[in-house]
Order: sequence, then structure tokens, then C-alpha cells
Amino acid sequence: MTLQTALHPWHASHRARLIDFGGWDMPVLYSSIVDEHNAVRNSFGLFDVSHMGRIEVTGPQALPFLQLICSNNLATLKPGQVRYNLVCREDGNILDDILVYRLNGHYLLVVNASNREKIFSWLLKHLAGFEARVEDKTLATSMIAVQGPKALAIAKELVSPDPSLLNNYFCAMSKVMGKEALVSRTGYTGEDGIEIIVPVGEEVPLWEALAGLGATACGLGARDTLRLEAAMPLYGHEISEEVNPLEAGLAWAVKFDKGNFLGREALWEKNAKAGEIKRVGLVLEGKRIPREGCGVLGEGQGFGRVTSGTFSPTLGKAIAMAYVPATWSQPGTEVDVDIRGKRERAQVAALPFYKRARA
Amino acid sequence: MDLKKFRFAKTHEWATLDGNICTIGLSQFAVEQLTDVIYIDLPDVGDPAIQGDSFGEIESVKAVSDMYSPVEGEIVAINDTLALDPTQVSKDPYGKGWLIKVKLEGKPSLDHMLTHEGYQKQIAGNAH
Repeated sequence: MTLQTALHPWHASHRARLIDFGGWDMPVLYSSIVDEHNAVRNSFGLFDVSHMGRIEVTGPQALPFLQLICSNNLATLKPGQVRYNLVCREDGNILDDILVYRLNGHYLLVVNASNREKIFSWLLKHLAGFEARVEDKTLATSMIAVQGPKALAIAKELVSPDPSLLNNYFCAMSKVMGKEALVSRTGYTGEDGIEIIVPVGEEVPLWEALAGLGATACGLGARDTLRLEAAMPLYGHEISEEVNPLEAGLAWAVKFDKGNFLGREALWEKNAKAGEIKRVGLVLEGKRIPREGCGVLGEGQGFGRVTSGTFSPTLGKAIAMAYVPATWSQPGTEVDVDIRGKRERAQVAALPFYKRARA
Repeated sequence: MDLKKFRFAKTHEWATLDGNICTIGLSQFAVEQLTDVIYIDLPDVGDPAIQGDSFGEIESVKAVSDMYSPVEGEIVAINDTLALDPTQVSKDPYGKGWLIKVKLEGKPSLDHMLTHEGYQKQIAGNAH
């Protein structure tokens, strides 16, 4: 049965087109993906991300337990800091990509909606011997992302202390419309912004207040075009149980020197061999859009595969991310993409496609 | 726009007839479902149109869809203004957003297609 977020009635009554995503009935768009995308790039937008899994890890051995589970080093995480991590199988392939929040004496994991149950079971499976507890808080809380160049200045009206005092990838318990909420300077759009976690029941007034301040409600369609321009991987596309973090270009989130973690040994061996395939960006010459699964053809042996493709509203071009043989991964390399039987010219491009100007 | 003159295919194309020239486009329902149309790949003038076969594709941000010819004949015109502004298909699907014109072979008829009323019933059945 499909789950619904607490904002579902709002979406339904605002003409959202709803689709099943990771077991949740979620808005894909309200009016236009391109308009919603541009609102986030130029002003600010609002996303219901309550479908993301929120798992709390508590207890005196929460840290050593999470160090075993996660690829990045959590020992250096300051209170209130948030860090990107991979959860890998013993063979090094990726079970999920997650954010770990260090809170006051405990940790919060934000995991992909489609992987929530899998990760929760994975945590339980490895919990033995650790003085730690895990609790799935997803259904008790809601999560709203406020993203765009104007997001912080506007959110300040409702959030105290001023969220622009938070460094990037930091979080703080704050007052949001007078009530306790967890606010983090994080997001999945390539823009500045925050994500707010509130108890169920408080999301609708918050959402409506933000919309009243001029935020454009955005669906998963715009979330996808925005993250693709920013070259952020999406589970089930760029990353999956079929690839490891080194191939995915996520070696920066793997810290071999932090001590043992699940997948470390296998990844170390693969690291020595060096990646044979690489994740790259493609910019098409023509207007046809490569979609997931399209073949990539280049000089010599081998072939690549598109993992995500879209029309980039910012560049005005068709773009994609793909895995290709490492020998084609240099930006500027000419390749062909087989789009439904017709070859289209493309160039390998440096990732990300879009990077915001930083003050 | 008098939609009584239009006939529709189950695959959401419309057709009108003027003598033996059939104009083909996409229904309002189809373009609303697509949203954010960014590119339309049309055939060349002189290409054959084969009933039930794809004559082109329409790209939206979300997905690509084939467009199927409801008739048999020779393509005698394409709407090349769509190359510059494909959004005309969404803004004016029954007018400026037409796609191709086909010169029909044999006795011109669209009787095998749905009326507007029949088409409305079909899409109401699809909606949930």
C-alpha cells in the first residue's frame, strides 16, 4: 500500500500530479517542471521531502556502530554537523547514500525513501554487540526543503535563530513558527537553502506560511532536473547495488584511514586496481534527450550507459550522467549516445553542470 | 474551435480533413499530460505516413513519446515553426500547434477514428 505524507491533502487540493515514488504517493509537478526549476534557481521553492527516511541512532556506542556502517569518518563530526556517507555491502557496492546528522548526544540518519526498510534492517542486523538503539522516526515527523537564492532571507521570518548563521552542512534545534524543529543547511538542488524537520501536524501551517511568503511549491520533477544539473547522484540511477563509490565518483566520501567499516576491504582492493569505468556528464549537440539505459559509444572498445538524462533548463540543452570506460572520461571527449536507435553527438562534460555562485 | 470536426485516435492524435488533405496534431489532453514540451521530431515532407506507425516523437522534460499516424498517405507539409517554438503544441494544440499534413490515398475518410465525444469518454475512463 502506498504511503502518504502529512502534506498529501495539500498537494491533492493544489492540482499536483501524483506518482508513486519509493512507496509514497508524491507530487511530480504542480504546473510545470521548468517553471518550478527556474523558481528554485532564481528565487526559492518548497519541497515536501517527508518521504525521506529519518532514523535515529542513540546510545553510548552509537558512534562506533555508525563508523562500522558508514564510509565517511564520523569521529571528526562536530556537534550539529551533517555529513554525506555511503552505506556499502561487504563487497563495496552501495546500499544507499545517506546524510548523518550529529545531534546532542545522538545521531540522525536521513536515507532514501526507497531504501528506508532495507537500511533499517541492515542497521538491526549489525547492531549486535553495540550498546546502541535505532528507531525509525519517519512516520512521526515531516520534512520540508526550502531551496533557492532567496530561501534563507525569507525563511528567517519564520525560523529563529536566523538560519543563515548555520554553516553549510550544519544543523540546529531551532524555533520554527514558535515551535521546536530541526533545521539544517542542506539540500538536493545545488542551491543554498535549508531543510526543516517538524513533528507531524506542524508541517501544513509551516508549508502554507512559506508559500504565503512567495515560495513556489515544487514537485519531484523539478527536484530531479535540479539535482541532475548539480550532478548529485540519485539512488537507483547513478548509484545502486551494482556500483561502488569509487566508480560513482564518490571516493571523497570513503575514508579508508578511519578504521574498519563494512565494504572497506573490498573497496581497498578495487581502489588499487583503479576505476575502469567512471561517472561523467554528457552534453548533447541536439535536442533529443538521452534517458536512463541509453548506450554510449566512443573510440575503441567498450561502451557506456546513461543513468539519468533530462533537459537542463539552466543550460537550455539536453544533458545526462553516464558510466563510461575511464579512457573516455576526459571532458571534451566526443561520444555518441544511442537514443532509441538513432545516434546523437555528445561531449563529455565536467560535473557538475551547474554550480551556484558563492558569496 | 469546433471540435465536432475533429476525429481522435486512442493514442491521442487528432485529425481533420480538407478534401484529401488530412491535418494531424495532438489532443489537449495529451499535451496537458506531457507538460514542458521541449522538442518535437517531425518527419520530412515526402516521407510516407503509415497508419499506426510512429511519424515522430515529442520530448518533454519527463519523457519521450511516439506520435502515431492515424492515416495512410504521403506527408505533404510539416509545421516547421515548431522547431523554433515547440510550446505552440501546448498553447494551441488544435490550431498553431498542428504537426503534419498527409495527402490521403484512396477515398478520404476518418470514420475509423473516435469522435470528440467518444474520445472524451475514453480519456475519462483512463483517468483515475
